[in-house]
Order: sequence, then structure tokens, then C-alpha cells
Amino acid sequence: MGADTRATEDTIVADKNCSKIHYIAPNIYCCGAGTAADTEMTTNMISSQIELHRLNTGRTPRVCTANRLLKQFLFRYHGYISAALVLGGVDTTGSYLYSIHPHGSTDKLPYVTMGSGSLAAMAVFEDGFKAEMEKEEAMKLVRDAIAAGIFNDLGSGSNVDLCIITKDKVEYLRPYDEANLKGVRQGNYRYKKGTTAVLKKEVVKSMFEVVKTQVKTTKPESMDTT
Amino acid sequence: METQFTTEFWRNGPTPGGLYQFPGQGNNQKVSQYGPAKHTLNLSRLMKVNDSTIIGAGGDYADYQFLKSLIEQRVIEEECLNDGFNYTPNSLYSWLTRVMYNRRSNFNPLWNVFVVGGLQNGEPFLGYIDKIGIAYQAPTIATGYGAYIAQPLLREAYEKNPNMSLTDAERHIDRCLKILYYRDARSLNKYEVAIVTKDGSIVKGPISSNPNWEVAKMIKGYE
Repeated sequence: MGADTRATEDTIVADKNCSKIHYIAPNIYCCGAGTAADTEMTTNMISSQIELHRLNTGRTPRVCTANRLLKQFLFRYHGYISAALVLGGVDTTGSYLYSIHPHGSTDKLPYVTMGSGSLAAMAVFEDGFKAEMEKEEAMKLVRDAIAAGIFNDLGSGSNVDLCIITKDKVEYLRPYDEANLKGVRQGNYRYKKGTTAVLKKEVVKSMFEVVKTQVKTTKPESMDTT
Repeated sequence: METQFTTEFWRNGPTPGGLYQFPGQGNNQKVSQYGPAKHTLNLSRLMKVNDSTIIGAGGDYADYQFLKSLIEQRVIEEECLNDGFNYTPNSLYSWLTRVMYNRRSNFNPLWNVFVVGGLQNGEPFLGYIDKIGIAYQAPTIATGYGAYIAQPLLREAYEKNPNMSLTDAERHIDRCLKILYYRDARSLNKYEVAIVTKDGSIVKGPISSNPNWEVAKMIKGYE
């Protein structure tokens, strides 16, 4: 799963390096497009529900559970919660990828894109997706898809973050590709020492007045467990 | 006398595909729409002006037909003058921009988007003109859905290899139109390509790309 790192307030870039890949469970992550607050709060809420469920069941959470919780929540608000999510993870049943729209519809697909740069990214996926790709190949494809959004869509920009979830581990690569580094200034514009002539130097010691002397013990008090 | 101003249009050419820079290619899908229904399935939206210039059109088909006959008539007049001068891509582009902007300024636009392509003094030329007179030139141009779907692909291909061969360019165009067929709900798997080389210009078509539906096996249900 991949994402760019630009957060916008209309035409202004509010955050040049925000994190759009949200934690749901150790084996489930969710990318969020749309209103930042909605994606953040919704994913946090479902993450908390999943954790409680995990403690209740004693099992690794399933991706379809997160999908159900998210869609039932979003449908209840009839699209007013503007969260367009890409949910992905691996559980005991297998690996899954879902796209969840603000009104509550979900799709279970081999590749999905959401957000303003979704058409640019989807074009790259449609061009390069193959079944049973190698990990490196897949990483490059996702990186290229996000890059297409970053460079061709004004709502996307800055870096590429990746999150690779496998049966055994999760690689949260942030940043994976810093494609828009700020230019390094070529020259040193500071005035050299001696530009302003020093005519006189005077060293004066600051006179501090002792106001109060206090001695205290530093042993921590025992915790009140009543 | 009250004049009627264009407020909307019905007969529609779908969002044209991308146009390519080197050696100078254009392409368009062959379907015309009446609202959301496909009206005609064999429409040409590419026009060969002369051996160095081609035009592709999107938007209202009637307005395109009007301009097409206007341009054809002017080309005939040029030929009659027989002074060795012909329309070049740049001259046609400038003229068309003025026409479009002038109509817009009188609140009676030609509801089209045009892509002008060809060879100007041996150099590839590619220009875009809007119904409101926005005009610009670029190595890659795409209108409508093409701007969102094909443009990123075309830009990447061009940046990787600005001096690609004709076969490579045709391959990229085919790739883009295939993906547009996947992703544009108002599209058909049938298109034309216009190519301008130093030897002249031709409109190739109709061409169908080869869509790959292997991914369908992996999709079952929605959750």
C-alpha cells in the first residue's frame, strides 16, 4: 500500500509531510483520502474497536472485520463523513485489499486507488499490474502509481510512503521515496567576520544577587495506592 | 432582435484521447454520445488539413462539423491561390485560437476542444485550444478524461525518451487508449490515429486495442 504526503487546505499545502497510512491492527493498515480529520478519527475508532474485539476473541483480527466496521459506520452517516479509504492486510484467511467509499460501499479488488490523484495512479496500475508479482516489482509499481499522482495531480505531492504487509511482518517505509526535496542553497550568504570593523571590546560580568537558598531531598515519595 | 447564446450541447464526442509529440500523432475515439447513450459508433473526430497539419476535436460534434467545412473551404482557397504557401500547424493554431476566443467573448462559444498537430519547419508541433480560448503548446496533450488518465503515462514516456520512434509512439498511444477504454465509462474500443511525418500526413483507423481481462478471475464479491 502506498500514499503521498501532502495535506491541503483548498489551494494551500497545509502539511508537506503528513502520514496517510493509518494503523488499524498489527496486521491491518488503512490509507485515507478525503477530509483528514474524518480519515484519522474513523481509522482510530475502528482500530480501537478491533483491539477490543481482538482481546475478546483471542484471535488475530481479520481484514473483513475492519471492512465491515468501517462501511457500517460510514453508511450510517450517509457520506457526510468524507473518508475514502484503502484498507489492506493479511490474516489467517489470506491477504485482502478493499476500497471503501464515503457513502459506505466497498470493493474487494487486486488493486485500488482513491483520492484526487486516483486516476493518475490507476492508469499506472492498469498498465503495469500482473497477477503474482514479485515483492520488488509490486513495490516499484505502487511507488510509480503514487509518483504519477504526485507529479500530475495538484492535490498530491511531496514524498511516497509505502506499507508492505506480509504474513510474518509489516514494513512501514516512511519515507520510501523523497521525490521532492527542497533545493540546497549553493552559496553561503553570511557576512564574513570582519565585514563590520570592531572598534572597542568590553567584557562585563553580570552581577547576580542571591535571593534565597533552599535545601530539598530528591528521594521520590512512595505512590499513594489507597 | 434577441440573439440566442449557446448554453449547453447535446451531441457529444467523448473525451478525446491523447495526442503525441514526436513524430506528431493524434487520436480520437469513434463514438458520439447523445447524453449518456452511444449515438453513433463510427464517428471520425480527426481531420487532415494538409500534409503538414492535423486537427482532433472533442465536444459538440455539430460545432466541429461547422469548423471542419470552414477549414476545408479555406484550404481549397489556399490551393487556388497557388502561391506555394499552405496552412502550417502554427498558423492554423493561431487562427483557431482567435476564432474560439472571439466566439467566447461574444457569449456564443463553439463548444469544442481542439488539438492541433503537425510539423512546423520540420519540428513537431502540438497545441491545445479550448472553448474559452485557452491555448497552449506542449510535447504531450490530452483532453477530457485523457488529461487525468493518459497524460501521466504520456508524460512519463516522453520524459524517459523524448526522441522515440514512430512505432514506440504508436505503442504508447495504444496503451493509453486501452486504459481509457477500461476506465472511461463513455468509451469504445475503437479509435483512429493521425500521423504527420516529413512525407505527409495520414489518418489511420479504425484500430482496436487488445484489452486484458485476466484480472476478472481474481474478483469475486465486494467484501
